[in-house]
Amino acid sequence: MKADPSGVLVGTHFIDGDHAACEGALAAGCRFVAGYPITPSTEVVERFAARIPLVGGVFIQLEDEIASSIAIQGAVWGGKKVMTVTSGPGLSLMMEHIGLAAITECPCVFVDVQRGGPSTGLPTLPAQADMMQVKWGSHGDYEPIALSPNSPQECFDLMIKAFNLAEMYRVPVFFMMDEVVGHMTERVVIPPADQIEVVERRWTAKKPAEYRPYETNGNMVPDMVKAGDGYRIHITGLTHDERGYPSMTPATQDKLVRRLLNKIRLNADKLLDVREEHTEDADVTVISFGITSRVATAAVDDARAQGLKVGHARLVITWPFPAARIAALAERTKVFLVPELNMGQMVQEVERAVAGRAKVVSIPHAGGTVHEPETILAKIMEAAR
Amino acid sequence: MCCRWAKKNLPRPSRGVDLADNLVAYDARNLQIPDRELMRSGHLACPGCGAAIGMRQALKALGPDTIVVIPACCWAVINGPYPYHSLEVPVIQVAFETAAISAAGIRAALEIQGRNDVTVMAWAGDGGTFDIGFQSLSGAVERNDDIIYVCYDNEAYMNTGIQRSSATPYGAWTTTTPTDSPKAEPKKNIVEILVEHRIQYAATACISHPEDFIRKLQTAKSIRGAKFIHLWISCLPGHKVEERFSIKLARLAVETGVFPLYEVHSGTRYTINHEPTFVDVAEYLKLQGRFRHLQEADIDRIRHNIEWEWQRLRLKVEMGRRLPLPPVGAIAGVQPGRFES
Repeated sequence: MKADPSGVLVGTHFIDGDHAACEGALAAGCRFVAGYPITPSTEVVERFAARIPLVGGVFIQLEDEIASSIAIQGAVWGGKKVMTVTSGPGLSLMMEHIGLAAITECPCVFVDVQRGGPSTGLPTLPAQADMMQVKWGSHGDYEPIALSPNSPQECFDLMIKAFNLAEMYRVPVFFMMDEVVGHMTERVVIPPADQIEVVERRWTAKKPAEYRPYETNGNMVPDMVKAGDGYRIHITGLTHDERGYPSMTPATQDKLVRRLLNKIRLNADKLLDVREEHTEDADVTVISFGITSRVATAAVDDARAQGLKVGHARLVITWPFPAARIAALAERTKVFLVPELNMGQMVQEVERAVAGRAKVVSIPHAGGTVHEPETILAKIMEAAR
Repeated sequence: MCCRWAKKNLPRPSRGVDLADNLVAYDARNLQIPDRELMRSGHLACPGCGAAIGMRQALKALGPDTIVVIPACCWAVINGPYPYHSLEVPVIQVAFETAAISAAGIRAALEIQGRNDVTVMAWAGDGGTFDIGFQSLSGAVERNDDIIYVCYDNEAYMNTGIQRSSATPYGAWTTTTPTDSPKAEPKKNIVEILVEHRIQYAATACISHPEDFIRKLQTAKSIRGAKFIHLWISCLPGHKVEERFSIKLARLAVETGVFPLYEVHSGTRYTINHEPTFVDVAEYLKLQGRFRHLQEADIDRIRHNIEWEWQRLRLKVEMGRRLPLPPVGAIAGVQPGRFES
């Protein structure tokens, strides 16, 4: 369906990625935000504090990130689309509740404006070093979704996608910005509401007596209800059966965890968003995501101008990892280069997907700034030799 | 360590502050402040920063045998990068929510080594104390861990660019309480919450009254167990105040009655350390851009609230006088006969 016009600030704006992310969430129908100040994400919640009362929503500044990550889940069971915003140290505090969102299948968006770590690290400077944390951070088995915007415009556009995916798959969705994307100011075009597709929550059509909270109707994603509508619901972080009741048997655990994983794994083809340039004839392919993709684009363009057969595959959805697509690229590409603002996280996934069919070279960077295009270009030249 | 001040009887904080000439309210010749500086130049605080003034005073009081624990807050930046940092004592910088419990861990390790001569001071902002660090603080106080916890309170998350905390006062603007919906809730009363933990010693202090603050730190240092000092500081960018008014603003916080200077021994015995002149609170509010949007009715509400809070405080003083001594076990770490009559 189309977006609610009250949340869409139609027009051409000159705003930073943090503010664009806020506008994207409002356009997507987010009406409850809980947050806690942390650089470099604070501007998102500051804008929410001013904007969300105008669209009939609520922003609460909470006492810490633990509270933020759970207040939003309360608001989901109260019937709203929700989001919280943080950076590395705050994300670390949220981990227990990310697991809760996974097992209760609570659709919610976590924005992580990444900064250098570990710990306090580089509060005002960029990194992309939380990529594995959002995949594996909470205990137990689950499959999150993560998106990596590379511009303020994408902070708007992909935020709508993030909310839509949260509703479609009932998972925590991570919006993996970084300090540069968050604080970079560029033109952002916000289209009219009738040009924005939003996915509404899929409420059950069943009567209260027939409703079972975790019955999947064949598509692995259960329909939802909200507390207070007359349905008997039991939401718990304990392993539960289709009725939502705790069940401590290995059989229930196996059935639940397999479904939590499979609703993402078996839909990996629908969750593919890799933007490719020149990969059709590439001997060398650069794989990048987020802000690093903009540096990589410059390096790839330079290399192409010099006649080198170089391609660029940008991961927009980073989790689930597009292993099948990377494996297909490995049929032609001889060398994959993986620049990222961490010491080698997503390169491990590339290696796993490539499985020895091509050479995989990491171009790590500990963060604090972005790569120099020349660094990536030099690696391309070396690989093309 | 210079103990010039400790050898003399400290005067009570001066009364009748001349606000017309507020910059010289204390007679500098009679200041009883230790000479030794443990905070050096080269720090990264804003000009006139109350947090920097407060730390300088605190280390003068506690001396060189002090370990300072700092969570995320302005002081995580102010100290500056090693080896150019400004403090001449060990500094352990920890996660936002852990000042008290990190200090307690350090204390435990010192105790194992028999080092009871070292003071461990947690030094945290209002966000790290009232909000995210409260669980850890409450736990440390309940266990009576032998630390001094100083909350330097500038009434918002200033380090991240002025967001409200539960220490932000009623009516204040912050970036998350914009002027069309300024903070509607009163400031959390952190001292009273800790008093209800039956903490051995809790006090308020203000950078405009350094002798009072230093005496309170010395009192805290003489007591084994958990101690808490709530230090009001000015934040010029956050309060939207000119740099030259840092101390004037702090003094007005005290003299208007907004921030009473008092102390509580053993969760029971209240002492008001300074009787304010009760300058009209409008003088305090109008100095600060964060209150510029307030209407007269809002200011009246704040006036009445000050009166009510002072009535409440005076009744607590009275209550402390009338109550019999608490039974053994009611106050952590206090032995029978410890109380003054």
